[in-house]
Amino acid sequence: MDAIPNASQTVGPFFHFSLTTDAHSVKCLAGPEVPGERVWLTCRVLDAEGAPVNDAMIEIWQANAEGKYNHPDDPQASAVNPAFKGFGRLESGEDGRCEFETIRPGCVPGPRSVPQAPHLNFAVFARGLVKQLHTRVYFAGDAANQQDPVLALVPPQRRETLLAQPEPGRPGHWRFDVQLQGERETVFFDV
Amino acid sequence: MGHLANERSIITAYQRHPPGTQPPVSYPAYQSNILRAPAQPLIFLPHTLSEVTGPVYGHGEIGETDNDLTRQHAGEPIGERIIVAGRVLDSNGRPIPHTLVEVWQANSAGRYAHQRDQHPAPLDPNFTGAGRMLTDENGSYRFTTIKPGPYPWFNHYNAWRPAHIHFSIFGRAFITRLVTQMYFPGDPLCAYDPVFQSVPDEKARYRMVSKFDLETTQPQWATGYKFDIVLRGPEATPFEA
Repeated sequence: MDAIPNASQTVGPFFHFSLTTDAHSVKCLAGPEVPGERVWLTCRVLDAEGAPVNDAMIEIWQANAEGKYNHPDDPQASAVNPAFKGFGRLESGEDGRCEFETIRPGCVPGPRSVPQAPHLNFAVFARGLVKQLHTRVYFAGDAANQQDPVLALVPPQRRETLLAQPEPGRPGHWRFDVQLQGERETVFFDV
Repeated sequence: MGHLANERSIITAYQRHPPGTQPPVSYPAYQSNILRAPAQPLIFLPHTLSEVTGPVYGHGEIGETDNDLTRQHAGEPIGERIIVAGRVLDSNGRPIPHTLVEVWQANSAGRYAHQRDQHPAPLDPNFTGAGRMLTDENGSYRFTTIKPGPYPWFNHYNAWRPAHIHFSIFGRAFITRLVTQMYFPGDPLCAYDPVFQSVPDEKARYRMVSKFDLETTQPQWATGYKFDIVLRGPEATPFEA
């Protein structure tokens, strides 16, 4: 290693007018013409006391329905629909919530030929966080979760914190709570 | 299911941060951290295709004045005009071309154009304080702005943030994503600032301080500051992951 990477510093409370203006927020990760099962994901960020975190920014990175990333280093041969971004970015509202629209990703190649279950790579930035927190969002009830090599790294009693839950009576709508600290604290990864 | 999902996948993992060069997750000297930092240890995640890819395309349009924060309004902002320039490199010394750099800052009086900043310093109708640019093929970026002022906050008694510019950079992978702050040389407030002091390693800490640069300085126009940014680089050899 030639040089030490720069240190992270908090995003602070005043990022909105640069990072999450209407022009620079990305609510929809996949345009309407992108094939796949449509997903509306409502995220909510909560602090140790359960209070909504109203000044967070969430970024999501995901593969398409075939499990391919929109990135030159993904060796899979299939083409990615140009309307598929695979990237989203929103600020949390007063209630700590924000809603993304996307498609359910496919299984992604994983270590030792074990496919990874459909998941969203998820980063939380906020005042008070000296560095963004990385987690993953899986879909509750997906049979592939049983074999997922990353979920397998997580103690069984904490795996549930990584599962988005379907909203009853609202097909395609899912909820994911990010509990930054406390009981049912979300699992975060050292990436 | 991806075409290779059942096959072997060769990826190049990214280097891990040397100890002490990043702020610790739990850092109570920064009050807002106390109820927000996870208490459980982070779980070590070996890199997969999900970590080593990231958004490299389609950051939207870059506007003509996005790299000149002094020309975004009808008049000129009040303050000391400066040029900030540098390169975005990886830790192997390779430039990172065509990556998005976003910046934001307070005005010369230390006030943000943000409704949640209510401290009694004037807003400047000619200054918003947000910019964005792509690095060129050599990883270089450059923008013109005015030097931000320090501002008070409530973290501790008589707390003042040193003058700083926020930076947000993508790099090539989701895990190279960096949000940081650039400080100015010789600022006495850095010594009292828990955000600056959150980085334990002294060398890594002072890497966040820009350098005055006469080459970047333009006669009769603006002083110049150099600020190179290093993102995590890939490991030397690919492996089967």
